[in-house]
Amino acid sequence: MLNLIIVIAVLLILAVIFTAYRVTTLVDVVKKRKAEGYVSKNNSFQGVLMLVFLVVGTVAFFYFSINEYDTYNLPIASEHAVVTENLFWITMAITVFVFIVTQIFLFGFGYKYRYKEGKKAHYYPHNNKLEMIWTIIPAIVLAWLIISGLKQWNVITGPAPENAEVIEVMGYQYAWGYRYPGKDGQLGNYDFRKIDAINQMGLDFSDQTAHDDFMPTQLVIPKGKPVLLKIRGRDVIHSVYNPHFRMQMNAVPGMPTQFWFTPSVSTAEMREITENPEFNYELVCNKICGKGHYSMKGIITVLEQDEYDDWYKENQEKSFLKQNPTYIANVPENLREAAKIAAGIENIDEKQYVTTAVSSFK
Amino acid sequence: MSVTDIQIQEELSHDDHHEEHHEQGFVSKYIFTTDHKMIAKQFLITGIFWALIGGALSIIFRLQLGFPEMSLEWMRPILGQWITEAGKLDAEFYLALVTMHGTIMVFFVLTAGLSGTFSNFLIPLQIGARDMASGFMNMLSYWFFFASSVVMFISLFIETGPAGGGWTVYPPLSALPQAIQGSGLGMTLWLVSMALFIASSLLGGINYITTVINMRTQGMSFARLPLTIWAFFITAILGVLSFPVLLSAALLLIFDRSFGTSFYLSEIFIAGEALPNVGGSPILYQHLFWFLGHPEVYIVILPALGITSEIIATNSRKPIFGYKAMIGSMLGIGFLSFIVWAHHMFITGMNPFLGSVFTILTLVIAVPSAIKAFNYITTLWKGNIIFTPAMLFSIGLVSFFISGGLTGIFLGNSVLDINLHDTYFVVAHFHLVMGSASFFGLLAGVYHWFPKMFGRMMDDRLGKIHFWLSFVGIYLVFFPLHYIGIAGFPRRYYSFTSFETFSIYGDLNALVSVAAILTFAAQFIFLFNFFYSIYRGRLAPANPWKSTTLEWTTPRFPGHGNWVGAIPKVFRWPYDYSKPGASDDFIPQTVPYSHTPESNLDHENELTKAEDLNGVEKVTQ
Repeated sequence: MLNLIIVIAVLLILAVIFTAYRVTTLVDVVKKRKAEGYVSKNNSFQGVLMLVFLVVGTVAFFYFSINEYDTYNLPIASEHAVVTENLFWITMAITVFVFIVTQIFLFGFGYKYRYKEGKKAHYYPHNNKLEMIWTIIPAIVLAWLIISGLKQWNVITGPAPENAEVIEVMGYQYAWGYRYPGKDGQLGNYDFRKIDAINQMGLDFSDQTAHDDFMPTQLVIPKGKPVLLKIRGRDVIHSVYNPHFRMQMNAVPGMPTQFWFTPSVSTAEMREITENPEFNYELVCNKICGKGHYSMKGIITVLEQDEYDDWYKENQEKSFLKQNPTYIANVPENLREAAKIAAGIENIDEKQYVTTAVSSFK
Repeated sequence: MSVTDIQIQEELSHDDHHEEHHEQGFVSKYIFTTDHKMIAKQFLITGIFWALIGGALSIIFRLQLGFPEMSLEWMRPILGQWITEAGKLDAEFYLALVTMHGTIMVFFVLTAGLSGTFSNFLIPLQIGARDMASGFMNMLSYWFFFASSVVMFISLFIETGPAGGGWTVYPPLSALPQAIQGSGLGMTLWLVSMALFIASSLLGGINYITTVINMRTQGMSFARLPLTIWAFFITAILGVLSFPVLLSAALLLIFDRSFGTSFYLSEIFIAGEALPNVGGSPILYQHLFWFLGHPEVYIVILPALGITSEIIATNSRKPIFGYKAMIGSMLGIGFLSFIVWAHHMFITGMNPFLGSVFTILTLVIAVPSAIKAFNYITTLWKGNIIFTPAMLFSIGLVSFFISGGLTGIFLGNSVLDINLHDTYFVVAHFHLVMGSASFFGLLAGVYHWFPKMFGRMMDDRLGKIHFWLSFVGIYLVFFPLHYIGIAGFPRRYYSFTSFETFSIYGDLNALVSVAAILTFAAQFIFLFNFFYSIYRGRLAPANPWKSTTLEWTTPRFPGHGNWVGAIPKVFRWPYDYSKPGASDDFIPQTVPYSHTPESNLDHENELTKAEDLNGVEKVTQ
C-alpha cells in the first residue's frame, strides 16, 4: 500500500513539473517573446556561475585537503616509502599548481569573455612560440619526474640485499598463507599437486630444505632489516598490498613474484603514533579474486630485531612436519631420519604415521 | 567516389520528380536502414538505453558502499535472490554489478554510443558525402551491435548472474566457474557479446576510414577537415588496429574455458583439486587485453575531444587555437596509445625493466594531452563566448580532462603506482578523464547537433540546469575518491568493515553516494528534454549556431543523400570565425575566397586564382 502511495506521489510530482514546464513554454509563446535566438538571456549568468563554481570549488578543495591531511595520509612504515612519499608530494605540488592555474584560466576566461553584443572575438588561430612553450615545459617537468621515479623504481624492484629475511606469502581464496625457512634458512620446494587440506602450501617433502619450514598464522617481520617476500597465488590472482609500507605486488598462479622492503616502524611504535592500542598492520588483497575479496585479510606484525629473533626461535620448533607428523610418510625413505631431526621430531613408531598419513588422504 | 556520386545523384533527381511516391517503408526507413543519419540515431538511442542501465547498476552498488547498514529489502522485486536473507546485497552480485557497469559504460555507451552516433552522423555531413562508403556494412555494424547488446542484456538475468571478474575479466578468475559464479554462463555470454561487439566495431571503423579518405567533397582537403572528423578518423584507425587483439585474447580465453587449453592457466589448486593446466600465463592475457584496453581509452576520449574542439570554436566565435597542433597531438596520442599498455601492469610481476620503459612512454603521452588542454583554454581567450548547453558541457569536459589527466602523472610513474595501483585513486582518475569527460562530450554533441538530427531545438534552460547539476554532481562523486584512494582503499571491495585501516571515511562514501544518486536523477531532465523536443521542440533554423561547417548547409530535415542538388564545394578551413574585415562573425566553408576579398589574408588572396567557382552562387550578406 505504502509503495503504491509512493508511486502515485512520484507520478503526481512529475506531472506537476511537466505542467509547469508546459505552462512556462506556452506563456513564452503567447507573450510572443522572440523565439530565443542563438544567445539566450541567461548567458552572462552562466559566466557568473562559472566564477562561483571556481571560487567555491577551490576553497573546498584546499580546506578539505589541509584539514584532513592526517586522515587520508597514512603514516609511512618502511624505508623506501620515505622516498616515494617525497616524490608523491612533489608531484602533488606540481599537479595542484597546474590544476588550479588551468581551472582559473578556464572558468575565468568563461566569465571574462562571455558574450557582449557588438563585440567581436579576437581572430587568433595560432602562435608557434606559445605552443612550443607549452610543449617544452611539460616535457622538461615530466622528464624530471620520470628520472626521479625510475631511480627509485630500480632500487625497489632491484635484487634484495643479501641479508634479507626471506619469507613466502601465498594468496588463496580468501586468506593468506605464510612460510618461513626454519633452521636451515632455506625455503623448501613446493608443488601445487601436493596441496591438500592440511598441507595448504603444497610442501614438497622430497626436498630436504622443506622439512624444517614452519607456517605461522600471521606475517611477522623484523624492524630495520630488509624483508624479501616470495609471493605466489594458489587459485586466482591476488595482490599483496599494505598502504603503510607503500608496498604492493600481485600474487599470480604459476608465476612466482617478489617484493622486498625494510620495515621502519614496529607495530608497538605505530600503536603510539596512531594513538590506537589495537592497531595492526593489515595485509590487504588488492586484486579482485571473488566473493570474499573484501574480507581477505592478513595481520602483519613488525617486531624489534631481538623480539623477532626470540619469536623465530620459538616458532622454528613448530615446523610443519612436527605439527603434522603423519606427513613423514611423504618423505622419501632415505631422508626420513634426517627429516625427523630437521623437524625436531622425537623418535616414535614409524608405522603408525604411515597408516595415519594414508588415511588422512582419503 | 565519382561512380557512387553519380548513382546517388541520379537517384536523387529521380526522387525530385516522384518525391511523394517514393516514401520508404517503415522497416527500411527506421529499422534496416542504410541512411547514416538514421543509423546514428539508432546508435544514440541504444547508447542512451545502455547509459541508463549502466548508471542504475552503479547506483545499486553506491548504495551498498555509502550506506552499508541500509536494508535493501525493497529491491527484492527487481534483484530477487541477489538480496540475501538479511536484506543485504549479495557480495558476489556486487562484483557482477561493478563488472557490468564497467563493460557497459566503456564499450556500449562510450564506444558504440559515442563513436557510433557521431562518426556515423557527422562524417558524411561534414566532409560533404551523400552517405558512408558502404551503407550496407554500416547497417550491419549497427545490427551486430544490437545482437551484442541483446546477449549482454540477457546475461544480466541468468541464474548464476552476469560476468563478475571486473570489466577486464582477468583469468584465472574469469576462466574458472569454481572461482566465482559469474565465470559460468555469464562469462560465456560476455565473451559472445564482446565478439559480436568487436565485429560491429570493425565494420563501423573500416567504413569510417574509407569514407574519410575517399568521399570528401571537392576542396575538402585533409587540411580543411573539421577537427571532429580528424578525431573520428584517428579513433577508427585505433579501433581497427586494436580490437582484433581483444578478439584474439577473448578467443584464447574461450579455448581455456571450454576446450581444456592452458594459454592463461598454470599450477592452479582450487575447490579442493589441482587442475591439470600447466605452462600458461595469466600475464599474457593482461598484455593482450591492455593492448586493446589502452587504445580503447583513447577510442573513448578522442571523439569527445573532437566534438569539443568544434563546439568551443563555434561558441567562442573564434578559430580553434593551433589547428595543426591539435591534429598533431591527436596523431601523437594515437600513436603513443599503442605503446603504453603495460602501465596497467606495473605490479603484476612483469620484468621491472619493462616497467621503466612503459613509465617513460606513458609520461610522454601527457605532453600532447597537455597541448590540447592549453589550446582549448587559449581558444576561449578573447572570445565572445555564448553559453549554449553544448558549450557548457564542452567547458566541463575540458575541466574534467585536466583534473583527471593530472592524476595520470602519478599513476603513470611506476614507483608511485606501487601504492596507488587498484585503489580508489585509479577509480577517481579514469572516471574523470575518460568516463565523465567523454560522457560530457557525448552530451555536448547531442545538444549541439540535435537540431540537425531531428530538425528541432532542445530546451535551452533545461539543458543548462542539466549541465550544472551534472557538473557539480560529478565533481562531488569523483573528487572525494582521490582522498579515499590516497588512504589506500582498494577498489572492487564490497565493504570496508573487515579492515581497521579502512574504518575511516564512512561519511565521505555516503556523500559520494548521495551525489551519485542526484547526478543520476539529473539525467532524467535530459531524457525528458531529448524525447520531448524530438516531437514538440521549436523548429530549428537552418544554422542555429552560426557555424561554418557543411552539415548546416543541408535542409532542415535532410533526406537520404543529405543535399538536394549538388554537393557543395569547400573553399576554406572550418574555423573562419570573427575574421577581421568580414561583415559577419563567421564565414562558411562553402564561401570562396574570391567572394571575400575584404577579409582575405595574403596567402588566401593567392588562392583565389585557382578557385573553381563553377556552380557556386554568390551569397550577399
